[in-house]
Amino acid sequence: MALDKPQVTQMLRTMILIREFDELAIQLRAAGKIYGTVHPYVGQEAVAVGVCSNLTVSDRVTSTHRGHGHCIAKGADIRRMMAELFGRVDGYCKGKGGSMHIADFAVGMLGANGIVGGGLPIACGAALAAQLEGKGDATVCFFGDGAAAEGEFHEALNIASVWKLPIVFVCENNQYAANNAVAVQHPGVDIAAHAGAYHMPGVIIDGNDVLNVHAATGDAVARARRGDGPSLLECKTYRWHFHAMRNTPPAETRSSDEILSWKARDPIARLEQHGLERDVLSAAEIGAIRERVTSDLDEAVAFAERSPFPDPKDLLVDMFAD
Amino acid sequence: MREITFQKALDEAVAEEMRRDPRVILLATDFTGDPIKEFGPARVRFTPISEAVLTGMGLGAAGSGFRPIVNWRMVTFSFVAMDQIVNQASKIRYMFGGQADFPVTYRCTTGGGIGLAAQHSQSPYSMWMHLAGLKIILPSTPADAKGLLKSAIRDNNPVVSFECSRLATVTGPVPDGDHLVPLGVAEVKRAGMDVTIVALAYYVSEALAVAEALAREGISVEVVDPRTLVPLDAETVRASVRKTGRVVIVDEAPATCSAASEIAALLTEDPETFRCLKAAVRRVCAAPVPVPYSPPLEQAALPSRDDITAAVYEVLKESLRPL
Repeated sequence: MALDKPQVTQMLRTMILIREFDELAIQLRAAGKIYGTVHPYVGQEAVAVGVCSNLTVSDRVTSTHRGHGHCIAKGADIRRMMAELFGRVDGYCKGKGGSMHIADFAVGMLGANGIVGGGLPIACGAALAAQLEGKGDATVCFFGDGAAAEGEFHEALNIASVWKLPIVFVCENNQYAANNAVAVQHPGVDIAAHAGAYHMPGVIIDGNDVLNVHAATGDAVARARRGDGPSLLECKTYRWHFHAMRNTPPAETRSSDEILSWKARDPIARLEQHGLERDVLSAAEIGAIRERVTSDLDEAVAFAERSPFPDPKDLLVDMFAD
Repeated sequence: MREITFQKALDEAVAEEMRRDPRVILLATDFTGDPIKEFGPARVRFTPISEAVLTGMGLGAAGSGFRPIVNWRMVTFSFVAMDQIVNQASKIRYMFGGQADFPVTYRCTTGGGIGLAAQHSQSPYSMWMHLAGLKIILPSTPADAKGLLKSAIRDNNPVVSFECSRLATVTGPVPDGDHLVPLGVAEVKRAGMDVTIVALAYYVSEALAVAEALAREGISVEVVDPRTLVPLDAETVRASVRKTGRVVIVDEAPATCSAASEIAALLTEDPETFRCLKAAVRRVCAAPVPVPYSPPLEQAALPSRDDITAAVYEVLKESLRPL
């Protein structure tokens, strides 16, 4: 089913916002405005957006260390995300979490995670809750190709299948686990091949085609909502930048031919092309989307800079619930 | 008052809390009794042997409105779930800025003394104390077991319930009705004037037996049971030591970086308590070895009543010397 203009517009806007948010985060980190580490999602935008466009606010997702895109696609507020990167009290975690621990439980975003595979068990718990609630909510678990080598991946797929949990496992195969290529981590290049062993559908998707991701995820989410159990989707994609940066971006170790071949499949350019060719979007409308993203990000940075730093006397606040 | 076993008291706690709150669910590879019969297979889940995913599922379900009880069964198995305990459970509330509560209870047996050898005789509660984000209960009687576990299930934080293997079949009086013991409140199990013994789990009853024997020699021993290790009721322990001036801390974990170490530090760091000390603080703990299998070796590794008695004599003798 073809998507209508508001849907395509929303997808494009969200993908551009994710890209520009992380391009800006890289600049802010290099300028010393934010701290710690940044794992840019640039290049993978079609996955977060294509998946989350099938979800409602009561569906839950878990994320990874490369989590900004999942947050934005699930509906988090970029002003509070930016304030978190700036370490300020108006950040999602009041400055206690930073880039790797952004969460927004109010929109069903159960947290980024500094541990590869660490979100898989938590996602299964959210799916168990949805199953017990019986309202037809689904859970999506985002993880990378690296996580498929962790034990938690296999435990999670196994129990989700045994209990027919309403969950969609979304592997973003960006070809590298940290800096190690898929070929040196796995005996085969397809993570989706694991699905057969756990008796669930396994689907390989062009992860740089947001419409393809949206359609495939729609089927898997519908299956989860019906109570028919989990699915494993493998989105083949590519991160344009480094795995992680501290003060400066690390030197590139991948071949420029490889990078260029993936940039030729830019998910944002492809959606723009799709919109233009079918007269769903005009060049002027795309320009307006980009202008709006720029002004929203300017506002987010201003919001973050206005927000105060946490008071050290609040160090122990939030340790335990009453 | 009726007398029931420690294990029965724990089972009652779970059943009562499940009746009270439909959001309480159970995940474990096996159960004592037949909870499925009363509560059904949706809330009571036999699980694969997958400790990591079970531990994380407890968090995910707790963060989504349920109150899971995840039974690792033996603490040994919890080590397979280290990522979920150390990186996730102990940090998840704080690192997300307190956005959500995670009311999950993790249960496990603990301790040696029943011939289960190195892996299955461990008492690693201080490892979890160190993480700062987990509450920890360690009951010594059936009544405390029931009351603390019920409080743990109602608590809105991850709580680890360490349930001493040697106590499982021990019987004791348990009040009828909705018996709750609050977390973070120690109890003086026996009042005395000369020496305080701070004892944990199985060693509370051992300390009481030693106190009874020493009373016949005219030595008055006070026995304090912290009951909860996080939060730890330092003030009750300190008050006892300020009164007696002498303390022996008994636990079956090895001494290095142990709960006993922490209690010793809490006593000596407090200037008022420190000034009341008439003798050096003594710890009676397990030998720093994996717990061995053969009975004579296992007994040698774990504290005995003789070890506790000798430590009491030492602190009394030491305090007779002028400072």
